[in-house]
Amino acid sequence: MGRSRLVDGLRAYRLIAWMWIRSTMAYRASFAMTLLGNFAGTALDFVTILLMFSRVDELGGYSFGQVAFLYGLSSAAFGLTDLVIGSVDRLGQRVRDGTLDTLLVRPAPVLAQVAADRFALRRLGRITQGLLVLGYALAVVDIEWTPVKVLLMPVMVISGAAIFASVFVAGAAFQFVAQDASQVQNSFTYGGTTLLQYPPTVFAKDLVRGVTFVLPLAFVNWLPALYVLGLPYPLDLPEWVAFLSPLVAVVCCGLSGLAWRAGLRSYRSTGS
Amino acid sequence: MRAWRLYAAVAAGGFRRYATYRVATAAGVFTNTVFGLILAYTYIALWDERPGLGGYDQAQAVTFVWVGQGLLSVVAVMGGGFEDELIERIRTGDIAIDLYRPADLQAWWLAADAGRAAFQLLGRGVVPMAVGGLVFQLALPTDAGTWLAFLVAVVLGVLVSFGIRYLVALAAFWFMDGAGVQQLAVLAGLFFSGMTLPLNVFPGALGELARALPWSALMQAPADVLLGERTGLALLRTYAFQAAWAVGLLAVGRLVQSAATRRVVVQGG
Repeated sequence: MGRSRLVDGLRAYRLIAWMWIRSTMAYRASFAMTLLGNFAGTALDFVTILLMFSRVDELGGYSFGQVAFLYGLSSAAFGLTDLVIGSVDRLGQRVRDGTLDTLLVRPAPVLAQVAADRFALRRLGRITQGLLVLGYALAVVDIEWTPVKVLLMPVMVISGAAIFASVFVAGAAFQFVAQDASQVQNSFTYGGTTLLQYPPTVFAKDLVRGVTFVLPLAFVNWLPALYVLGLPYPLDLPEWVAFLSPLVAVVCCGLSGLAWRAGLRSYRSTGS
Repeated sequence: MRAWRLYAAVAAGGFRRYATYRVATAAGVFTNTVFGLILAYTYIALWDERPGLGGYDQAQAVTFVWVGQGLLSVVAVMGGGFEDELIERIRTGDIAIDLYRPADLQAWWLAADAGRAAFQLLGRGVVPMAVGGLVFQLALPTDAGTWLAFLVAVVLGVLVSFGIRYLVALAAFWFMDGAGVQQLAVLAGLFFSGMTLPLNVFPGALGELARALPWSALMQAPADVLLGERTGLALLRTYAFQAAWAVGLLAVGRLVQSAATRRVVVQGG
């Protein structure tokens, strides 16, 4: 039963996403422009970091290459999440205007429908930009590569994307209750990726504790990335925490799944 | 005189309209506070490395962050004001009805936007600043005069912001889909207003360009006034700079408006 719902969900997601891709491709020039816009828009925060480093050599004890490494990983993981399920932050709008009802009567999981809604291929811009910065960082930063570190790189990006995804879904579940509070969700998603682009040494200890033990964003890039870079962890954690990201991701996804179900059950249509 | 009362009513309507979105306002305040915290810590790291960077001390730099978060929605750097609605009216053709109204199109939207800005200043400006003051050492002025001078700079900043966004919205007459132009305007606004990094930290010619562009009137100028960096003659020069951009942009807005409205074809039916 559980399995078949997952298969149903993925199938519905694929069909809806493909429909949106085809509709986007009907206007290719417009697509190219929005893709470029997405790329430039997300590059803006890296330009800010570049400008900062035009005035200093280090930030929080980190070199430009090391910050670029954190930035690239955070952007790639977040970009992946944003591409796949970034649309769920429109849920509050759907609750407000009543169009969520249409999705409820369709024979496909609601989460898959909401996630695939207005699937925007232009969001490839963010991943591309993140991967370019990551590539640059890998070229300039000295890393003592080991097989484990090489393996940790893709594991980190995928677990990081899953952690961000659970934040998106939990945020959407919150919007069932607070219909026009999508900005709260943005604080944790866009705010989270911005936070992770900077070294943990920059922030107050309590803030770092919060994003390690409460909302475990530190597992997206900080903890595994510092292992790869061979830098000391914040909060004096043991070395093996770098490998916890997949586990943390699974737990987060489970919790946000429960939150989503609770949210969906509490839903009352506006009746309009 | 009657015209004045009409526009005052429109402005009051703009204020009330935004005042009804209480949850959204609270959510916005929360976002501004979270981003303010993140930015403030990065600025502290930056000023730790280079004390006195851009002529600010560390307390001024942190204050700059919170002024920015407080003003972000007031001067609508990321858009989201009247222009969404105006673009939609241009796209659907409802603009034809507006043109028959016995009110000036530009003045009408300016009044509505002024009401919006006033609400955002009270609704989204005060709380992030208070939180910033609790967590960090801020360099806020203690004399009423500087706060008053700051308010004047904010009003001029809102005028410049309106001037830019009015042109962005009118572009929909030619492009039909205003999304691309809007996206560009948001990018330029975020970068050149000082929202991401104070413009006096920008290096060399880029810094000079950034400080001369209209976006610096939105946030950099009011922030400098509040931080006590512009007094006496420098204050007057700042006002003159903002006012010149406001008048220039509003005048171009009128020209474009008359060119645009000649393009309107009422389809009937």
